Parts: sequence; structure tokens; C-alpha cells
Amino acid sequence: MNPPPITLDRVTLRHGRRDIVRDLSGVFAPGSLTALIGPNGSGKTTLLRALARLHAPAQGRIDLGGLVRHDIALLPQASAMDRSFPITCRDVVALGMTARLGPFRAIGPAHLDAADQALVAVGLHDHGKRQIGALSAGQFQRVLFARMIVQDAPVLLLDEPFSAVDPATLTDLLAILHTWHLQGRTIVTVLHDLDLVHDAFPRTLMLSEDRPIWGTTAATLTEANRQRAGLSSRSAWSPRHHHAA
Amino acid sequence: MLDLILDPFTMPFMRRALVGCLVLSVAAPPLGVFLVLRRMSLMSDVMQHGVLPGIALGAMVGGLSVYAMGFGGVLAGLAIALLAGFLSRRTGGREDSQLAGVYLIALAAGVALVSSQRGIDLTHLLFGSVLAVDDTALFGMAGVATITVFGLAIIWRPLILESLDPGFMAATGGHGAVWHLSFLALVVLCVVSGFVALGTLMAVGLMMLPAIAARHWSDSLSGQVCLAVLIAMLSSVGGLIVSFNLDVPAGPAIVLSAGAIWAVSLILGPHASLLRNGRQIA
Repeated sequence: MNPPPITLDRVTLRHGRRDIVRDLSGVFAPGSLTALIGPNGSGKTTLLRALARLHAPAQGRIDLGGLVRHDIALLPQASAMDRSFPITCRDVVALGMTARLGPFRAIGPAHLDAADQALVAVGLHDHGKRQIGALSAGQFQRVLFARMIVQDAPVLLLDEPFSAVDPATLTDLLAILHTWHLQGRTIVTVLHDLDLVHDAFPRTLMLSEDRPIWGTTAATLTEANRQRAGLSSRSAWSPRHHHAA
Repeated sequence: MLDLILDPFTMPFMRRALVGCLVLSVAAPPLGVFLVLRRMSLMSDVMQHGVLPGIALGAMVGGLSVYAMGFGGVLAGLAIALLAGFLSRRTGGREDSQLAGVYLIALAAGVALVSSQRGIDLTHLLFGSVLAVDDTALFGMAGVATITVFGLAIIWRPLILESLDPGFMAATGGHGAVWHLSFLALVVLCVVSGFVALGTLMAVGLMMLPAIAARHWSDSLSGQVCLAVLIAMLSSVGGLIVSFNLDVPAGPAIVLSAGAIWAVSLILGPHASLLRNGRQIA
């Protein structure tokens, strides 16, 4: 995979009359793995939606370098899906292919096989025929990752993908994220856990009321920057033991 | 005993009503399953009241022809669907009270319009009359059922995706509103096509009750759809027999039959029923 760079040129994002992100410029380089952090309300989700072309910038420009809709896969926060819907894991994963197949082209046996393989890849070997309503939060997140695998998009946007999962799931999903990274996909992930950002993400974009800070994680996650963004106290963030709960 | 069951259908009008209701039993319950899954049960109420003024206006303009009334009903239903969609967007999904306002007004306006007309029996319009199911009405029902079944087959996958995960659909460039509105159009067609036999207030019963009963028997979508169709057919046959023998309007008789099946399902069914209380409740 060799996606084009995604270039932000003085982008301002607005909700109603309130500017959430102001004058953000920079580049998501091809194959980069970026953590998107910042206090609540700093515009992390909105920026992700803007990259997925679901939120138009009020000012400035996002240059996707010729990427089209199905080149960008967005994993919103899990609560967006209706988990009481009577559908199997395999079908949920297979529906991920409609991003490329459109509403009418058939999902054939080959596609269903791919869906099953994706389920295996996320550690859900015999869950194909299970209803999504019967899954734990961690298993459900694995299904969503499997769906993202079959989407096979060069650009991946994930919104707090680890916020409600158990430690074992976190480890597995993080491994998948790194496989995607090694495959050369461009990845942007909203995260709360600064330790995780520090350990696993080479680049960080920190949003705040103040000027956004964007660069290598080592250069961005300094104590001074954190304090300026209102992130000085680690315990106010969701440290890792919260994920286990 | 056998006479009680078979006698009604020696009458030609009862046979027509039976065919009409069975045809509707194939088309309407699958829509009901989706209405339930999409948590739009209230929408069916809105529809059944909303079509009434349209049917009345159709009768005023075009006389007592089924097509004039049906056409008016469909237009009114579509207008209500668009209005409901608009209110829903404006209120961010909390449109309950406003929808209630809309359908109360529609019902009152419909009753007022119908009452001002000579020649229309309000009871028949609201609750159905098997005597009124002539060939024209029957072809109308069959035509609508055909359109509905094919229409639902076409929008099946996008409608599932839009019901399951509208966010994903939007993110992948799908046009959720198109499928939503196509679906509502099918609902309107079905409600209107049922009004001759079942009445506007009861046609929705054949759509919703089998659907909510089927939830207690199957945890797969296609299973629920097939069961809902089966339950609707049983209710149609049972309801028409009751209607004939006890001389009650067909609409309430069929809806009560479906209601009885639902009550049994709610108590005994393998999924989320009172006997198996608990974990599977969605």
C-alpha cells in the first residue's frame, strides 16, 4: 500500500458558531501512524470526521491526494451501532465490503470466506454464526476490526478503539494496528491513554484550546506541552487500569 | 365445527377478502419487522392516521373509487413521512411528541372530512369491511404486495446496513436517506392498500403484531421475516372466520387474532419471553 499524503492547509472546523479546531496545518505522511489526543471537546472526533469527509471544514482545505470514499475507513466509537440488531458477526463483517461493492453487487462465497478469515485474524475463530448481541464489548470491538480488515482501505481512522476493551483484546487489536502500519497504511487514531500513545505511536497530534502541536510523539508529549493542553495530570486521563474495568 | 371454519369461504366476497388479506400478509409483516428493528413503531401509528385525510380527499375529488381514495391516501402518507423526517432532523430524533401532534390532527381532519361526505361509512373506512373487497380492491392489494416484496428485495441490503449502522453507511458514501425514504414509501403503500379490507386503523396491525410476535421465536432477521409472514397469514384466516361468524368487522378480528398470537409468543416464545425472562432482551 502506498497511499498519497493527506495535507491539511489552515483548516478550521466549526460546530455551529464555535470554532473547535483553528488553523490546523500539516501532513499525514503516507504510512504514518498518528495518535490524535486532546481534552474532551478539543475536536478529535470532528477532525476524524473531517478527514473522512463527513464534516466540511469551515475554512481551509483538506487535500486527500486523490483518495476516494472507499479508500478511507472510519471506525467510529462503538456506541454508534445497534447491537440488538439480529445479525451474525460474519454478516456484519461482510457488510464492510459494501463500501467497495456498493448496495447491489453480490456478496459471494469468496467474500464470505474473506469475512471468516478476518474473524480468525481478530481471534474470533468460531464466532461467524454468532449474533452480535451475544458478544462482550471486547469481542464486539474485534468484530469491528475484522470489518475494517475486509474494507482493505489504505487510510484508516479510528475513534477511541480501545476505550472499552479488556487487556487481552487491547493487546490483540494493537497487534492488528501494527500489522496495518507495516502494510504501509496511513493510520490516525483518537486515544485517551497517554502511556499507550507513548509506547506504540510514533507520531502525535495534540489538539487543545491553544495552538495544536503535531510531530513525533517524543517531541509532542513533553510535560510543558501537556500542561498547556490541560493534560498535565495523568490520572485525569483514562490510564490503562481503566481499560480493564 | 368444520362448518364454522369452511362455511365463510363458500361466499365469494369472503374468498376475495381471504386472498386480499393473505397477499397483504406476505407484503406487510416484513416491513413491520424493519419498523420494529429501527425503533419506528410509532411511525406506523403516524402512517395509519396520516393516510385518512388523503383517502377522504381522494373520495371528495374522485368519487368513491378505490383508486382515487388509494391515490389520495398514498400522497398523504408520503407527505406525512417527509414531514416526520423533517421533524426528526430538526429535533435530533426526539420527535415523539411532535409526531403525536401530527397524527392526532390528521385523524381529526380525516374524520371531519369523511363525515362531511355522504356515501362513505366511517366505520368501514376505519375498521374495514370484507364486503367492500371487490375485484378492483383485490387487484390493488395484489399489485401493492408485488411492488412491496420486490421493492424490499431491492433495498434489503442497504436497508439492513442503514438500520444496523447508519454511521458506517454515511462514512462509506452510502445514501442512507434514500433507503430510509424508499422504505417509508413501501410502508405507506401497504397501509393504504389494506384500508378497504382492514380499515386504515387496523391495516397497521397486520404489519406490526406479527413482527413483534416473531421476535420471540427467532433471532435472525430472515427467520423473523418468514415467521411474521406465517403469523400474519394465520391471523388473516382466523380473523376472517371470526369476523364472519361473530359479525365483527374484519380489521379488528384479524388484529385480535394476531394479538392473541403475540400474547402467546410473549409468554412462551424462546427469545426474551416472560417464561425465558432475561438475558436475551435486547
